[in-house]
Amino acid sequence: MSDSVTITIDGRNIEARPGQTILEAADAAGIYIPRLCSHPDLKPIGSCRVCTVVVDGRPQAACVKPVMDGMVVQNSTPELLQHRRNIVDMMFVEGNHFCMFCEKSGNCELQAMAYRFGITAPQYPFQFPEKEVDASHPDILLDHNRCIMCARCVRASQELDGKNVFQSIGRGFARKIGVNGERALGDTDMAATDKAADICPVGCIVRKRVGFEKPIGQRLYDTRPIGSDIEEVRA
Amino acid sequence: MGTRKIVIEPVTRVEGHGKVTILLDEAGQVSQARLHIVEFRGFERFIQGRPYWEIPVLVQRLCGICPVSHHLAAAKAMDGIVGVDRLTPTAEKMRRLMHYGQMFQSHALHFFHLVSPDLLFGFDADPLERNVIGVARKYPELAVQGVMMRKYGQEIIKATAGKKIHGTGAIPGGINKNLSIAERDGFLKEIDQMLAWCRTSLTIARDYTLEHLDELADFGSFDSNHVSLVRADGAMDLYHGNLRAIDKDGNRIFDQVDYQGYFKYIAEEVKPWSYMKFPFISSLGPETGWYRVGPLARINACDFIDTPEAEVARKDFLSVTDGQPNNITMAYHWARMVELLHAGEKIRELLHDPDLQGGDLVLKGERRGESVGLIEAPRGTLFHHYKVDENDQVTMANLIVSTTNNNTPMNRAVEGVARKYLSGAEITEGLLNRVEVAIRAYDPCLSCATHAMGRMPLVVELHDAAGRTLDRRVRD
Repeated sequence: MSDSVTITIDGRNIEARPGQTILEAADAAGIYIPRLCSHPDLKPIGSCRVCTVVVDGRPQAACVKPVMDGMVVQNSTPELLQHRRNIVDMMFVEGNHFCMFCEKSGNCELQAMAYRFGITAPQYPFQFPEKEVDASHPDILLDHNRCIMCARCVRASQELDGKNVFQSIGRGFARKIGVNGERALGDTDMAATDKAADICPVGCIVRKRVGFEKPIGQRLYDTRPIGSDIEEVRA
Repeated sequence: MGTRKIVIEPVTRVEGHGKVTILLDEAGQVSQARLHIVEFRGFERFIQGRPYWEIPVLVQRLCGICPVSHHLAAAKAMDGIVGVDRLTPTAEKMRRLMHYGQMFQSHALHFFHLVSPDLLFGFDADPLERNVIGVARKYPELAVQGVMMRKYGQEIIKATAGKKIHGTGAIPGGINKNLSIAERDGFLKEIDQMLAWCRTSLTIARDYTLEHLDELADFGSFDSNHVSLVRADGAMDLYHGNLRAIDKDGNRIFDQVDYQGYFKYIAEEVKPWSYMKFPFISSLGPETGWYRVGPLARINACDFIDTPEAEVARKDFLSVTDGQPNNITMAYHWARMVELLHAGEKIRELLHDPDLQGGDLVLKGERRGESVGLIEAPRGTLFHHYKVDENDQVTMANLIVSTTNNNTPMNRAVEGVARKYLSGAEITEGLLNRVEVAIRAYDPCLSCATHAMGRMPLVVELHDAAGRTLDRRVRD
C-alpha cells in the first residue's frame, strides 16, 4: 500500500494518507468542510450531515468516508451549500435556541455556522418544543433546549472519560440525550473534570457559574468565522 | 348629548405602547381619565427555572431603551446571590460608568427626540411640524447635539458592556472587562464638548420652565410623596444607596432603608383596567401612599449632589419652590437636565480614575437563596427581587419597574390635564396633545412597566352614551 493517495477537492489535487477521512485530509490541506458532530478527539459517526460532500457523484459524510486514490470530491457547490444551510436551519427550529441570552453566544459552533452561512432568520417554522433544564449536578448544567443531538457528549463520556454518562434515547422528534442516573445528571458519576463537560458545540452542556465571564469581542467567533483556523493552514 | 368616551391610542413620543381613555358626562365635563397599559410581557414567570448567572443578560431584554438599568439591577441582585456585598473598585466603577453612560444617552434621547418638539413649537403647533423631523429642520444644531450626545452615551455602554444594546458586562460578583487606555482617551477627547452641551440643554429646560411657570405650575401638577435611593450621607446616587421617602413638604416617611427589605415598606395594588400594578408606601396605604420616582423625586429627596455644576443647578432648581420639594409635573424636564449634567460630570470623574484599568474584576462569596437589586434608572427607582434554589435555578422573580412606580402620578396628571383643558371644550388635537405632554413629562417606558401588559402608542375614541363609537383617532 502506498504512503499517499491523491484526491481532488473542488478541482484541487490533495495529497492524503491512506486511512484518513476526507474531512481529515481536507483539514490538513487547509480546506474547510463545515461540520458540527465531528470532533478531532472523538470517533466520527456521520450524524449531523453538515459535512456532506459529493464523492464521485454521490453525497457522503466527509467525516466518516475514507480517502481513496483518485477520488473526486465536491465541497462547495451551490447545491451543497444550500443543503447545509437547510440542515442548520432545521437545528435552530427544532430546539429553543435563544442566542440573545445564551451564555454560549460567541463561542457556539451552531451560531457560528449560521453566521458563516449567512443565515439571519430561519426559513422553517419554529417548533418551540417543550424541553427540560437539568440543573441537578453541582457543577454542570444540562439545558435540553439547546441540544442538537450531535452525541459528542455520549462519545466523550465513553471514549475519553471511560464512563457512560450520556446516551441517545427515543426516536424521531422525541429523540433526546438521556443520562445514566436515577433521575437526573446529579445522580450520575459525571465529574467536573470529565472531558464530556467541555465537548458540547452548543450551550446544552455548560459549566455552571462561569457564563458571560468572557467579554464580547474576546469570544471565539467574535472576529473570525468558524473554520478560519483551518483555512489559515492553506494561507 | 349623552356621556362620551375619548380614547387616545397610541400615546406618542413615549417608549412603549399605551392608551388614554377620557369619559365625558352629559354636560361635557370630564368625569374620569385613565392611562392604560396594554402589552403583556411575562418575564417574571418565564425566567423561572433559568440559571441565575443568565438573568442579567436575559432580563435586560425587557427594554431596548434602557436595558442597562435592568442588566445592572439584576446583576446587583445576583451579587447578593453569590454572596458579594462589595465589588472590587474596578468592577463597581466600570458598572457606574456603564450606568452614567446609560443615563446620559437616555436623558438626551428623551429631551431632544421626544420632548423638544412640544417645548420648541408649542403644544398646539401643527403635529406635522411638532416632531423630531421638524426640530431637525428648524433647529439643526440642536438636533445634531441630541444625536451626538446619545451616541456618546451609547459608545460608553459599548466600552463597558461589549455592545451598545443588550451587552454582557456585569456578571454576578463583578464585571467581565475593564476600560482600555485607548477607549478612555477616546472618551476624554469628547467629554468637554459633551459637558458644554449638557449646560446648554439645562439652560433650555430651565428657561422654558421659568418662562412658562404660571401655566406649568398648574399643568397636571399635584402634591405627592417622592421615593429615591440616596447615599448614606444623603447625596444623590444613581447606582447605589438606601431608600428614602419624603412627603410633599419634604418630611421623611422613611429614610436610609436597606433595600433588601423593600417589601416591608412598599406594597403593590392591582386594578382591573390596567396591566400595570400600582405601588404605594405600605404605612400610608394605597389612597395616600402613592409616590413619584425619577429625576424630580431624586432631586427632591437628596440632600445634595456631589458634582459641583449639578449641585449649583440643583440649588437653582429648588429656589423656585424656596428650597421645598418641587411638585410641578413639568419640572421633570428641568430636573432631568440637571441629572444629565451630573451624569456628564460623573463620566469625566470616572474617566480620570485609574481603577478603571484595574485587573480585579470578580469576587465570589457564600451562596444565598434570595436577594434584591435596586438602581436609579433614568425613569426612576427600579426593583429586582429574586429567589434562587440550591441547583442555581431562579424560583421567584418580582420586578417593580421605574415607570410602574409612577403609575398613579401619571394617571393623576392625565386626569388633571383632561379636567382642566377638555371639560366643556371642543376637543382639538392640541388639547389632546396636552394629555400626552403630561404623560411625556414622566418619560414613561410602558414596555418595561408592564408585567402585566403594555401598549403605549395611543388611540382616542369618542363614544356616545350608548357606547357607540362616534370618532376614533389612532397614532402609532
